[in-house]
Amino acid sequence: MDWGTLQAVLGGVNKHSTSIGKIWLTVLFIFRIMILVVAAERVWGDEQQDFVCNTLQPGCRNVCYDHFFPISHIRLWALQLIFVSTPALLVAMHVAYTRHEKKRRFRNGEKIDIEELKNEKLHIRGPLWWTYTSSIFFRIIFEAVFMYVFYYMYDGYQMPRLVKCEAWPCPNTVDCFVSRPTEKTTFTIFMLAVSGICMMLNLAELCYLVIKICMKESRKTT
Amino acid sequence: MDWGALHTILGGVNKHSTSIGKIWLTVLFIFRIMILVVAAERVWGDEQDDFVCNTLQPGCRNVCYDHFFPISHIRLWALQLIFVSTPALLVAMHVAYRKHEKKRQFRKGDQKCEYKDIEEIRKQRFRIEGSLWWTYTGSIFFRLIFEAVFMYAFYFMYDGFRMPRLMKCNAWPCPNTVDCFVSRPTEKTVFTIFMIAVSSICILLNVAELCYLLTKFFLRRSKKAGNSKQQHNHENKEETKQNEMNELISDSCQNTVIGFTS
Repeated sequence: MDWGTLQAVLGGVNKHSTSIGKIWLTVLFIFRIMILVVAAERVWGDEQQDFVCNTLQPGCRNVCYDHFFPISHIRLWALQLIFVSTPALLVAMHVAYTRHEKKRRFRNGEKIDIEELKNEKLHIRGPLWWTYTSSIFFRIIFEAVFMYVFYYMYDGYQMPRLVKCEAWPCPNTVDCFVSRPTEKTTFTIFMLAVSGICMMLNLAELCYLVIKICMKESRKTT
Repeated sequence: MDWGALHTILGGVNKHSTSIGKIWLTVLFIFRIMILVVAAERVWGDEQDDFVCNTLQPGCRNVCYDHFFPISHIRLWALQLIFVSTPALLVAMHVAYRKHEKKRQFRKGDQKCEYKDIEEIRKQRFRIEGSLWWTYTGSIFFRLIFEAVFMYAFYFMYDGFRMPRLMKCNAWPCPNTVDCFVSRPTEKTVFTIFMIAVSSICILLNVAELCYLLTKFFLRRSKKAGNSKQQHNHENKEETKQNEMNELISDSCQNTVIGFTS
């Protein structure tokens, strides 16, 4: 069970998304998940081993690392990507429920073409519109929350070269040096930028859906 | 044989589950197994390498690590996930047994058998009634027991769900009392709490599914008491006729919902 399986799961949802939703999914998989797996994980791979402190005091390095990196960037991104992908499953469940209802009506004798039902792409209308719109809303909320958590936890998006540590058992103040700070800063800014792009896409999709429903309502009344 | 293979096996069971069962399976795979594989295993990856003790005494670090971590969190979670997934196989075996019986009937040329060919029997989706209901309910009950047992084992073994930064060790051959420092305690505490929270959500889903099945059972019983035998037989024939179409329809639902393929 890994990112490939998540892709298989979300691929099914893709069929019922808008065009902007499909672009969002592509950006998510190529510019975020793939970058995380092929590049970022190697950059952060030696983060604790190469976190070096200017002391011989046993335990000081462990404690300082834990103090400055409560949750590693990599794990935060992995959690962010999982949480941001999951609202799409609400849409998948709604579609499955709608098809189940149609199947029930077929059983009760209504004339519905079964082949058509299997391949049907449901239009985003009615209760599905509400489910789809709320899934986009949750995506935006999760993205914003994680971006804020990053900013709050690491005091900005830059990885410092040197951190000064005074946690017990370190004697007085100890200089600790982070491994690959520039490369980490580059990747942090890249992931942040792509998060920003994804948020823009989600906002655009939300606006598109709202405008579409307003236009439909105004056509109905005229 | 890895988590992917488990995913394939359980995907087949998914077809015969209730909606709550399908949600439970999704939560299991995305929020537990996937988190374990992509995140938690890296956090615990260097747990012994970076377990540092303030002593030069050879063997002291090994002994202290073994004393404080009899079974690593990661291994306990892997065991928990395997035990919790396995009762679903009872349902799979029961369904396979029923299909085997129907195939046997078909091959004998039994006129009672309503199927046109073996393919139909293979693709049929069984409803959760009769003996299958008992198997399904038993499997949910076992899932609940296993979840509760493992959560208790965690709590008992690690004295709560928090990972301390410092452990004081005086096991032989450590001289007197030695300070030992755990690697990444905060990150480990965060993931432990996350996994506990998702376990609890899974327990609630299982309890909800159990209540749903019990309610359905009692409702059906009260309906049956009012129905005649003839009407019941007629309904059965209609159901099996409609079952012919079920695979086509349920396939479309399968692919949309969670992409599990049987």
